[in-house]
Amino acid sequence: MKKHTIAAGVLGACLVSVNPALGGEMWVSNEKDHTVSVIDTKTMEVKATYNVGLRPRGITFAKDYSVLYICASDDDTVEVLDPDTGLVINRLPSGEDPEQFALHPNNKHLYIANEEDALATVLDVANGDAIAEIDVGIEPEGMAVSPDGAIAVVTSETTNMVHWINTAEQQIFHNTLVAQRPRHAEFSESGDRLWVSSEIGGTIAVIDTATQEVLHEMRMQVPGISDDLVQPVGIRLTFDGTKAFVALGPSNHVAVVDQQTYEVLEYILVGRRVWHLEFDEGDKHIYSTNGVSGDVTVIDVDKMQPIKTIKVGRFPWGAAFRPG
Amino acid sequence: MMTVGCLMRKTALWVAIAVVMPVALSAQALEINISYIRQKVDRPPVLSNLDPIPEDDGQAGAIVGHADNATTGRFLNQDYRLSFFEMDDTGAVTPVDGATTPQTPGDLVLMDAPAAYLLAFADRPENAGKLIFNVARGDAALRDTECRANVLHTAVSDAMRSDALAQFLVLRRWSKLVMIEGRRPADKAFADAIRNSAAKFRLKIVATKEWVSDADLRRTASSELPPFTQDFPKHDVLIVADETDDFARYLPYNTWQPRPVVGSAGLLPTAWSSAVESWGAAQLQSRFEESAGRDMRPLDYAAWAAIRSIGEAVTRLNSANAGDVRAFILSDAFELSGFKGRKLSFRNWNGQMRQVVHLVHPRAVVANAPLPGFLHRVTELDTLGLDEPESKCAAFAE
Repeated sequence: MKKHTIAAGVLGACLVSVNPALGGEMWVSNEKDHTVSVIDTKTMEVKATYNVGLRPRGITFAKDYSVLYICASDDDTVEVLDPDTGLVINRLPSGEDPEQFALHPNNKHLYIANEEDALATVLDVANGDAIAEIDVGIEPEGMAVSPDGAIAVVTSETTNMVHWINTAEQQIFHNTLVAQRPRHAEFSESGDRLWVSSEIGGTIAVIDTATQEVLHEMRMQVPGISDDLVQPVGIRLTFDGTKAFVALGPSNHVAVVDQQTYEVLEYILVGRRVWHLEFDEGDKHIYSTNGVSGDVTVIDVDKMQPIKTIKVGRFPWGAAFRPG
Repeated sequence: MMTVGCLMRKTALWVAIAVVMPVALSAQALEINISYIRQKVDRPPVLSNLDPIPEDDGQAGAIVGHADNATTGRFLNQDYRLSFFEMDDTGAVTPVDGATTPQTPGDLVLMDAPAAYLLAFADRPENAGKLIFNVARGDAALRDTECRANVLHTAVSDAMRSDALAQFLVLRRWSKLVMIEGRRPADKAFADAIRNSAAKFRLKIVATKEWVSDADLRRTASSELPPFTQDFPKHDVLIVADETDDFARYLPYNTWQPRPVVGSAGLLPTAWSSAVESWGAAQLQSRFEESAGRDMRPLDYAAWAAIRSIGEAVTRLNSANAGDVRAFILSDAFELSGFKGRKLSFRNWNGQMRQVVHLVHPRAVVANAPLPGFLHRVTELDTLGLDEPESKCAAFAE
């Protein structure tokens, strides 16, 4: 079991245990520090930093927020962390080089992208069994499960496809070609649309879940920035179906897009090489992980404005929210 | 295909083929045959025994690109084949393994051969309908007066490398240069490219010397090189043009004035290096290392990029016709993710693949060109190498 450390400085150790009254927490994985940072979303301060496995990237909470799952990519494991103590309480075999994953609504099955092995592994978190391994394209990365649990999708970065997996049979039933280097997939709240970002293509594809056909493709253009540096990665859609937030990588901006009309509403300047995004309670704010600058930008969702930058560890990558 | 040759310079015909061909496809798997032709050249002897050139340089990159294509092909019912050929010094092409490969190259060709042989092959009437990728040669003329409509270049040009270096020197404000150049033709070609880049980016080469010593520098570098560089005027940086990798490696730390060495030693402008790890490159490096058992080199990268360019076109077109593939690769619709942080595409006026040039030393990437602040009306990548207005290439015109 790894030791855990608590961020020294501002807060004394007595305040570190979680007090629900203080509000929620944004957990951020720091790829080049082997740590996760915990941000109090009320004070917007880092209140704890915990050591985890090597090269943590994708992170997600169990549906009841009792544990945090962490892709420890260079340890080839999924770690299970108790968010109340910051201790890693279990390690699950994930297959090689897990990068991103998605938890099925049944709270039992983790769909894991094994980047170096061109595989998707379905892991039963209760007993650590791999219940399926599915051959996918080269460099699988983006992972999502539909809200009704019927479909899992994985994007493969070099094959440039969205692979559609029937979760009852754990088999691919369709492949949709998208633009270069698809990195992230996100289902709409109703599950009838899938948003997919293509980093090198510079586009977002909105796909009809029923037909697996691309309905709309949009290209982001940030004024004053060379088009080929506008590289969409993380996507989050507001619960109410109005806005989509898209992290645009080395353009150092987050785009806000109307979920219905696909019109770009705003480009928001954040830190350098922005990877992923996560909402806090009630979609009030969205947090962006800025890999190169090693910080997190907090954006006011209604006003579409950045309100604070918070220093975290080196190369922050994933973010996951736990309500208070 | 037999009528294509004489009319090949007409873009309209390529497009017409693109429309007609897919109709002929059956429900069977689409077979895509790619041929890799190499002419083994005698390399001049070099002083150091370090860094031998691997026997499978280039071919190993093609094999990894082929595996990437094959994975995609599995989902699309497309069957990729890669076969290897050798070219002798008469220009004759024979299969490396006659028992298992086709006897003659198909229409999609990667070529690692000196410029004269490359051009002779491209100019044969029976090869006019082929699409040939130059994966190895940086010669200026191949992108300029000697360009061919059926030849594309995934190899970075000498000019792109020297421009990348020049941009870096401008950014650092190291504008006063001295140069040492070797005596071999490749050294002279790179030295010429450096001179052009210096003029283009307004750097000043205040002195040039030719390296003529035939001493073994492994024993005498520390005694010979300081006096050899002693009479250079005041300068910011020393550029060395030694493309055969003979003497340049002994220059760093052996100069009379304490100045950085760039060019063929010290800071290298290169299409690929094992030091490149950003932009997902670590994944390509590890796939390559697993496949070839060594680090990926620039020639491997160019071969990988050529195979992947073909694969990308075939994926989108569901056609392996060389004319279709060429038309798609040169169109605005083509883009390829190449682990360099920017998408790869081809200049449709001379067939050169646009790409980032990395400035590296053996243990780190120092910078990636195009560097910030060098602007271009089409794409910043076109600040590297010959640009359209200067180009005398007419073979790609309508």
